[in-house]
Amino acid sequence: MSAFMLGPYEERLLMEIQKGLPLVSRPFQQVGERLGLTEEEVLHLLTQLQQRGIIKRMGVIVRHHELGYRANAMVVWDLPDELVEDFGQKLIQHGMITLCYQRARVLPHWPYNLYCMIHGKAQQEVLQAVHAVIHCCEIGRFPHQVLFSVRRFKQRGAYYFAEPLSEWNNSYVDLRSE
Amino acid sequence: MNNLTPLDMRLLNEFQHHFPLVSQPYQEMAERLGISEEELLSRLQSLQNRGIISRVGAVLRTGQVGVSTLAAMQIPAADLERIASLVNSFPEVNHNYERDHAINLWFVLTAESPQRLQSVIDRIETESGFSVYVMPMIKPFHIDLGFPLH
Repeated sequence: MSAFMLGPYEERLLMEIQKGLPLVSRPFQQVGERLGLTEEEVLHLLTQLQQRGIIKRMGVIVRHHELGYRANAMVVWDLPDELVEDFGQKLIQHGMITLCYQRARVLPHWPYNLYCMIHGKAQQEVLQAVHAVIHCCEIGRFPHQVLFSVRRFKQRGAYYFAEPLSEWNNSYVDLRSE
Repeated sequence: MNNLTPLDMRLLNEFQHHFPLVSQPYQEMAERLGISEEELLSRLQSLQNRGIISRVGAVLRTGQVGVSTLAAMQIPAADLERIASLVNSFPEVNHNYERDHAINLWFVLTAESPQRLQSVIDRIETESGFSVYVMPMIKPFHIDLGFPLH
């Protein structure tokens, strides 16, 4: 649940790479030099972090908005708690769904407890996918809402480790005019 | 639109996971694509400069390191940009979207500890004068394999 399950070097390593690996021939050597570790030690720590499931994946992190995937819908359902597991498992079988979570309700303001995200290049495409998901999972009889993104005020990777940051400007992208 | 070549598309689609954990990872990727390490590095740099990739790096499993949650606020249209800027000003906020619903500002918070997360939520409420609804994850269902492009 929190950072205390990480060794001191693991935590410093994750902090060092949270904004990306250097684009040089031997990135792990360069990262190691900053931490006082050898290249082999960095590779060993990263391999272990992957095996322990703390690192979910490593690779190129794409920004879908910049690739033209500008429409995204968050679809939320209010399901009886005992049915969430079944429907969650059904929803992730659907190829269009990029994320699916059970979340806590915020009663009385927000009764929904199952969330999924659907991304596409245009709103119409995403709406068709929403209908296809609802149809094939037989989940339409439960109360649900489809919330399209209108404006993106911020999108970047999470910073798990606090550090002073001031570079973020508050410019935003208006998704309606693109 | 972004002038992506077929090679760029392969680079973006095939390397969202399984980054080679070897001394010269970019060399290994380049060999799989049939180009030189130098060319691969300059393509990655160009994709990053153009904002198409945010980084080459690691995605951590939610709930393993630090804590994060979805949160939302109901903000009158006239105040929305001001409150969105306020929310953005916290480094703990990594996603922030307007959505087409009465509850219209949706963001993700990530912090080192639950205490830190709560203090950010408290500060947003105090400084904005609006309630923050907090929707922590109970269970994830998806396996994140990246973002398939078509």
